[in-house]
Amino acid sequence: MNDRAMNRRDVLKACLAAPLQSAAFQGKSKVVIARDPLLRGPGHSIDQPHLLLMLDRALQSFYDRDSAIEAWKRVVKPGEVVGLKVNCLAGRGNSTSVVLVDAICERLQQAGVSRHHIVIWDRLNQDLESAGFRVSEWPDRIRYMGNDSSGYESELSVYGSAGSLMSQNLTRVCDTVINLPVLKDHGIAGVTLALKSMFGAIHNPNKYHVNVGDPYVADVYMLPPIRQKVRLHICDAITAQYEGGPSYMPQWIWPYNGLIVARDPVALDYTGWQIIEQKRAEKGMKTLKELRREPAYIATAADAQHRLGTNDPQWIERVEV
Amino acid sequence: MRRRNPFAALIAVCAVSCGSRLDPNQLFPKTGDVPGWSQKGAPRTFEAAVLWRYLDGDAERYVQAGVVRTFTADYRHTDQIEAVADIHVMRNAAGARRILESESADGSQPLSLGDAGRHYGSSLIFRRGRYFVRLVAYQEAPQMPQDLVDLGRAIEARLR
Repeated sequence: MNDRAMNRRDVLKACLAAPLQSAAFQGKSKVVIARDPLLRGPGHSIDQPHLLLMLDRALQSFYDRDSAIEAWKRVVKPGEVVGLKVNCLAGRGNSTSVVLVDAICERLQQAGVSRHHIVIWDRLNQDLESAGFRVSEWPDRIRYMGNDSSGYESELSVYGSAGSLMSQNLTRVCDTVINLPVLKDHGIAGVTLALKSMFGAIHNPNKYHVNVGDPYVADVYMLPPIRQKVRLHICDAITAQYEGGPSYMPQWIWPYNGLIVARDPVALDYTGWQIIEQKRAEKGMKTLKELRREPAYIATAADAQHRLGTNDPQWIERVEV
Repeated sequence: MRRRNPFAALIAVCAVSCGSRLDPNQLFPKTGDVPGWSQKGAPRTFEAAVLWRYLDGDAERYVQAGVVRTFTADYRHTDQIEAVADIHVMRNAAGARRILESESADGSQPLSLGDAGRHYGSSLIFRRGRYFVRLVAYQEAPQMPQDLVDLGRAIEARLR
């Protein structure tokens, strides 16, 4: 800026150019990465007590609380119906882990959420079953159900390039949602993390994969039920995939043994993308940009039209515990 | 200028309609056909238009390469290893080649199966004519690479 005094127009320009998180998020967006090298027991199975400890560390750090239950009480309130949006596209190979979901359910109940107020959901019952969840709609238990059980709204929700019918799991069944994506590569969109995982809440995700998912991923996340109800993201980075996604490709997975927690889906996606790029570099693979599948939708989600969070590393507080 | 083959359209239509007559039960080995392997449940079929229900996010790659339909079957090996076999029926052999070549060869070994193939340890891919086949195991075991090849060979023998 030159040395003349700022007038009102300059002030306005400066405000508009300021980091976007000033509108959507006050201060830096916190992203907590918790890892445990001892997470796996014999035969690569996940050790449940270690996982619970890692989850507690992540949540306590994120909410700056001494106890895990106190942290969870910041997320949910008794009486709310809490949806856990899992990502089961990759079947049992690389979907949201059953053991992680069990651990979250345990903590939710300890935080005062009744078990019949917990709903685990994704696109299809078949997807849930493939990932190792048992579909169940008993009203007095934890429910596991796909959108094909709950149904979709009959009226389109529209934002920008997106026009979709929303899952009633999101719009009617749940009061709030915790998003549980998986850390993985995506052959078209670059990566699929917190933002893109919400494609599982709409009836027509197949329409939004052109142009590396940009601006569709950001536009879909702008649909009001998603923006209003998703309260927290816990990315399952226990087993991550750096190539060949979203389908499970065992040759390109690695045991990251971690969880990534954030409220800002853009900051989480940016952070997860960098982890995947780092792994690709270690393996001598090309960057996603070189392969023409850089996830441009992450920047779009942060732009002035969307303001879903920040992709500016200077405004992301990355905490490793 | 290259002359168009007047029978090309007819051949393409035949290829697609032949695909519709394929019986997945004939393509996948049944329990006991390959030592150690048992088939779990019935094979499922996904037409190109709804392949995204099975491979959401990955289906477009197959559609662009001319997939007609996909058959998939679950397997189990001696009650320890779970695996899935996908047979993608493409419009022509070029489509099957396109899919195979679009995948990274990083960490693979060439596999003498069908017209071309690769082995990645816990998974393998190969193409034969207009078929593209993928086998994926969900657990690791020392003998798994060879067991997977045995299953692959049995499938390949049925793709006539």
